[in-house]
Amino acid sequence: MLVVGGTSDMGRAIAHRHAAAGGALILTARDTARMEPDAQDIRLRYRTEVTVVGFDLLALETHAGLLDGLPALPDIVVCVAGLLGDHTVSRGDPIAAKLVMETNYVAPALLLGLVANRFEARGRGVIVGISSVAGERGRASNYVYGSAKAGFTAFLSGLRARLSRTSVRVVTIKPGFVATRMTAGLKLPPVLTAQPEEVGAAVAAAIRRHKDVVYVRSIWQPIMTIIRHMPETMFKRIKY
Amino acid sequence: MKLSGWGRYPCVEVVPEQPRTDTEICAHLACATSLIARGNGRSYGDAALNETCVLDMRRMSRLVAFDEGSGFMVCEAGVLLSDLVALFVPRGWFVPVTPGTRFVTIGGMVAADVHGKNHHVAGSFGDHVYWLDLMLADGGVMRCSSEENVGLFNATLGGMGLTGVILRVAFAMQRIETDLMAQRLLKAATLDEAMDLFESNDASTYSVAWIDCLASGGRLGRSLVTLGEHLPRSALPPTREGRPFADVPRQRLALPVSSPAWVMNQRSVAAFNALYYARGRPGERIVSLVSYFYPLDAIGGWNRLYGRNGFVQYQFVLPKSASREGLRAILDRVAAAGAGSFLAVLKLFGTVRSRAGSLSFPREGYTLALDFPVSAGTFKLLEQLDAIVAAFGGRLYLAKDARSGAAMLAGYDQLDAFRALRERLDPVRHLSSLLSRRLGL
Ligand SMILES: Cc1cc2nc3c(=O)[nH]c(=O)nc-3n(C[C@H](O)[C@H](O)[C@H](O)COP(=O)(O)OP(=O)(O)OC[C@H]3O[C@@H](n4cnc5c(N)ncnc54)[C@H](O)[C@@H]3O)c2cc1C
Ligand SMILES: NC(=O)c1ccc[n+]([C@@H]2O[C@H](COP(=O)([O-])OP(=O)(O)OC[C@H]3O[C@@H](n4cnc5c(N)ncnc54)[C@H](OP(=O)(O)O)[C@@H]3O)[C@@H](O)[C@H]2O)c1
Repeated sequence: MLVVGGTSDMGRAIAHRHAAAGGALILTARDTARMEPDAQDIRLRYRTEVTVVGFDLLALETHAGLLDGLPALPDIVVCVAGLLGDHTVSRGDPIAAKLVMETNYVAPALLLGLVANRFEARGRGVIVGISSVAGERGRASNYVYGSAKAGFTAFLSGLRARLSRTSVRVVTIKPGFVATRMTAGLKLPPVLTAQPEEVGAAVAAAIRRHKDVVYVRSIWQPIMTIIRHMPETMFKRIKY
Repeated sequence: MKLSGWGRYPCVEVVPEQPRTDTEICAHLACATSLIARGNGRSYGDAALNETCVLDMRRMSRLVAFDEGSGFMVCEAGVLLSDLVALFVPRGWFVPVTPGTRFVTIGGMVAADVHGKNHHVAGSFGDHVYWLDLMLADGGVMRCSSEENVGLFNATLGGMGLTGVILRVAFAMQRIETDLMAQRLLKAATLDEAMDLFESNDASTYSVAWIDCLASGGRLGRSLVTLGEHLPRSALPPTREGRPFADVPRQRLALPVSSPAWVMNQRSVAAFNALYYARGRPGERIVSLVSYFYPLDAIGGWNRLYGRNGFVQYQFVLPKSASREGLRAILDRVAAAGAGSFLAVLKLFGTVRSRAGSLSFPREGYTLALDFPVSAGTFKLLEQLDAIVAAFGGRLYLAKDARSGAAMLAGYDQLDAFRALRERLDPVRHLSSLLSRRLGL
């Protein structure tokens, strides 16, 4: 399994889950020195092979090289990387907004597009994209991030449709709120907030059970159904 | 967010920080005016509470090194014992000392210098620590061991997080040949009998007793004493022939809501105790390691049994020479008050090793742990028990305590050294908890 964004709490949890089942791992990080202690932890816990690769998702020209430089094309590629940013900054500063848009949509989509082509040529593989419920409707408080995740979700959906007749599968994970470094300090409602380990379990289950789109906590399913169906006249007024 | 210890009393309103690296811990130390590290919150009272800043260490949970040949382990302080049990027992390694729950962190085990049922042969957890890395109040990191920064090392074992934030711990794991235990149950009709059993069975690796603390008069102190040994491979039962490590711990039951307080009243506890004592069948059994060491872990959230107000655990140790008289006085007092304790656990500690921490709880003698629901009556009773413990030269276990006064610290003979070290390293008491303020540490 290749995990892009191995330094995140979610990436770490997904990696642990896979390693616990005996799988080998390739973890990417911009700063490999920061990744190494986690990699060593996984080796010691599960006695499995873990390789750390330096990679910046925003360096688009390096995407193909990352994939082709691996000893073998992995069976599973999980893209966890993302950036929430500070919405009040993103609203006013196009450079900051562009970074959020590129990190959550442009760069992950382009990378997974290349992965999909290679998986298709080989005839099998599983792609997992960590998107977000924030992509289902643009909220006043985070539409820069949300719109990028919306793009990512749509891209994954298209890839899935394109590859539906092959043995390549595409999974979209919508974690809902998760207690991670990204959300540290935010006040999140406990019933709606998953632990990173739950995301790890959800990813493993989604791969095993051939799922397409997964909410980590099932309570998000009805909530998002309501939010998706709310008339725009009403939606634009609610505080959410 | 409401935060408490395992006893759910007292509570504070605080959002814990979750550092992932040394650098992040250092940053919190630099900006918080007052701070305490917290492991998995299994201490009962207020040791891991602070209204200003609590560092939840559970994301500092990486294994750093493990030597399959010698069992030398280095890990970060937030590693859960339950992870080590799940990962290493099947490989033939177990911790040298374990508390009665596996849902604790290694940092918490060091900071409380925990003891297990094998204290009389193995000492406490600190006796198996090679070294630890400690971040002091000023952000500096010190490697501490019995050779390097010895004073700091001794103060940190059992120091309840007040010397600094424990980052990493190197300790010895012990070899086991199977994941099974040979358990022997003995019945003691009186307190004296129970104590005689401890003393005549001091060659057993593990020993502990459950006391019916509501029994009085001639039955005062009647108990079930259990002894245990790791089962050697040569003694594997036929059903496990050739499979020394095959235990799959059962799924946990969870108690999702608080019981009404009346569930744990004198009558229900007395009925339970009588039944439990009567059903205890003396004899030998083979049980799984997990069920032997962690019977309570099978019920997640059992701390909710005591109702919304929470409960307190009262654990003390008396010098061995004063134990018979002192225990009798205490059990008499508890039985007279009719205050049933569901869990009443008796254990004989062995002679303390040379490297015992300055505030480490274990010392040679008998220790008894009792649970009581939080109420005005309980607090009054515990004050009476305090007087008895103090009169017999005993001490209370800080990891369990939520309410005693500074005077009870008199039982710790190295208290002055501990306070002096605190004064020198952290004069403004940057590292502090509700417990440290309550006790003036
Ligand atoms: C069911 C049950 C059975 C138990 N049985 C036993 C037993 O048999 N023997 C025994 O000795 N104890 C026993 N205990 C108590 C328990 O082992 C201790 O309280 C232990 O300290 C809990 O560890 P924790 O990780 O939950 O720490 P917490 O409860 O979160 O913290 C305990 C103390 O450790 C400090 N601390 C935690 N992590 C760090 C760190 N990284 N750096 C510095 N300080 C830190 C905290 O500040 C606090 O003072 C039992 C508890 C329960 C609930
Ligand atoms: N937390 C939530 O509530 C929540 C909810 C829904 C969805 N999500 C999504 O879940 C994913 C994981 O989030 P998290 O909460 O675990 O956040 P996080 O801790 O902030 O992790 C973000 C990850 O993205 C990586 N990353 C960022 N920019 C990168 C770049 N240019 N190149 C390579 N890697 C880059 C980071 O790696 P570095 O170490 O190199 O910085 C880090 O591993 C994200 O996609 C996020 O949008 C989170």
